[in-house]
Amino acid sequence: MSDLITAELVDLLLTTEDKDATTRRLAGLLAGSGRVTNLEGFIADVRAREAQMPTGIEGGIGIPHARSAHVTEPSLAFGRSADGVDYGAPDGPADIIFLIAAPEGSDADHLSILAALARRLVHASFKDALRAAVVPQDVVDLVNKEVLGQ
Amino acid sequence: MRLVAVTACPTGIAHTYMAAEAIEEAARAAGHEIKVETQGAAGATPLSAEDIARADAVIFAADIDVRGRERFAGKPIIDTGVKQGIHDAAGLVAQAVAAARSSAAKSAPAGPAEQDAVAAAEPPAPATKLDRQAGFGTHLRQWLMTGVSYMIPFVAAGGILIALSYMLGGAEIASKVNGGTYQGHTYAGVTDISQIFAQTGLAGLMFKIGTTALMMLAPILAGFIAYAIADRPGLVPGIVSGLLAGAIGAGFLGALVGGLLAGGVVALLNKPKVPRAIAGIMPVVVIPVISTLIMGALMLLVIGPPVASLQTALTDWLAGLSGANAILLGALLGLMMASDMGGPLNKVAYTFGLASLASGDIKVMAAVMAAGMTPPIAMALATVLRPALFTRAERRAGEAAWLLGASFITEGAIPFAAADPVRVIPSAMAGSALTGALSMAFGATSRAPHGGIWVLPLIGNPFLWVAAIVAGIVASAACVVMAKHIGRRKGSVAELESPAATTVGPAATLQPTGPGPQ
Repeated sequence: MSDLITAELVDLLLTTEDKDATTRRLAGLLAGSGRVTNLEGFIADVRAREAQMPTGIEGGIGIPHARSAHVTEPSLAFGRSADGVDYGAPDGPADIIFLIAAPEGSDADHLSILAALARRLVHASFKDALRAAVVPQDVVDLVNKEVLGQ
Repeated sequence: MRLVAVTACPTGIAHTYMAAEAIEEAARAAGHEIKVETQGAAGATPLSAEDIARADAVIFAADIDVRGRERFAGKPIIDTGVKQGIHDAAGLVAQAVAAARSSAAKSAPAGPAEQDAVAAAEPPAPATKLDRQAGFGTHLRQWLMTGVSYMIPFVAAGGILIALSYMLGGAEIASKVNGGTYQGHTYAGVTDISQIFAQTGLAGLMFKIGTTALMMLAPILAGFIAYAIADRPGLVPGIVSGLLAGAIGAGFLGALVGGLLAGGVVALLNKPKVPRAIAGIMPVVVIPVISTLIMGALMLLVIGPPVASLQTALTDWLAGLSGANAILLGALLGLMMASDMGGPLNKVAYTFGLASLASGDIKVMAAVMAAGMTPPIAMALATVLRPALFTRAERRAGEAAWLLGASFITEGAIPFAAADPVRVIPSAMAGSALTGALSMAFGATSRAPHGGIWVLPLIGNPFLWVAAIVAGIVASAACVVMAKHIGRRKGSVAELESPAATTVGPAATLQPTGPGPQ
């Protein structure tokens, strides 16, 4: 199993303004690295999940996500937006966005990694560190350290 | 205290775990033991039967059905959405602790909040007096919600039957049954109830049944608020207080106060230790008689006269305003219509509308009717826009409230107002004031005294009249959503003012790695 996230899946300078464009940008990173096989199909799956309930979390976080047949392995794409993107959280736009992609039939082991990430996201220290990241590799290291314990 | 929780969300890869983490953190920070079952895609490690048996309270933070819900039967349960678990974990823990204490304080609790929410079988430990004081705000909300959840079916049944009777027989059916003037016709009304079907047909029959069900709103609200506080002995004084609140024109707010007082009176009467010989007849004879006598006298002698003189004073005052600025008058009538939804202020405004109608000023009636239609629809809209801000019972009430509001049955908003008066009533008033003012400004008129959208053909300037209603609905819905957001935090702060609960309170702020800015 390869890494959950790599430096090429991180965009610290998002310029997209709305969540559709942001999701598309991050999904494009996943598609570019071969983790998503069908970009449009995956985006549709994320959008369907988003329609059920917005994925914005108080504290400036957006976590668009989906379990999708178009995903080859559990993956993360990370984006940071200076202006913020509205993901429907009650307290305003999100500046930290994780696009979480899980394969449709993935087993519990794989998904438990995503679960660990979700658990870290409620901690202020993790969010602060993400906001302080200077280069994409910082985010990768942070996720590996906090979530995978590596 | 020992807590257990279940978290679940539709996809099961993110919110489930965020909520679990936040709740675990908050509970530990407040000094409680907690175990969380995450019903997510990564597979759940189920709570053991022993964990559940030992738990003092249960938290469900789930947007999908909790699997194996029956395992928790008999425990105090706080049931909410998964996002609440993330955003306000500390508040949820505080609620769970309060629910555990209240079920411990009463050996057979009445099931506060929603019926399916609480019914503790075994009291974990007798609570101290201090504990009972703790989280008074939470208790109050649970008492009110108990009353509201029993009342909602009455509002829905009565309101929908009345609306159907309007559709079937026209809005004049109300005057045909109760007597009165409608469109120049004066109806005597049905004096012999056995003749109702013969005289007014199916529509009249449905109207009568509907109004009867709606009349039960105040007694049921008061009765079950008292029941939540004082268990079964609270029912009699509570129901009688509610009936008397109706009789003295004090409306649902009178019933709400009556129910709370009735519960308090019974609780007080239960306090003193009595000799064993008398103890046997206490619940059967002594407590019902004395508590009902006290409450009845309170309602009739203490609450009744001021309500009546208030009504008289307001009626005179309004009559003196007849020549005043029409838009201000419309706003004022709107405020009154939404303030107590069938209580004294609402009645004064409505009666003023009727009197104006009789004297030929048909603009006032349009404003009054429009302002009375906005609150239920605004609440219904709010439950759709932000379902997470409302309990399941309220969301159910919201489904009926659309039709009730459209039919000018302002009572449709009472479940919301009774459950959370401080936030709902001002929001409803704001929108209704806007509607009343706009209706007057647009010069809309109504030649019908009731009926809502079913009398649209009798409305002058109907498009702008509807626009005035829509404006008020949007304003009220926006206000209530905002109030529930701001107020919720304030509310949980208020709950934490009492001494025992402060141990829970600061946890939210002390918690170093808690969920970010709340």
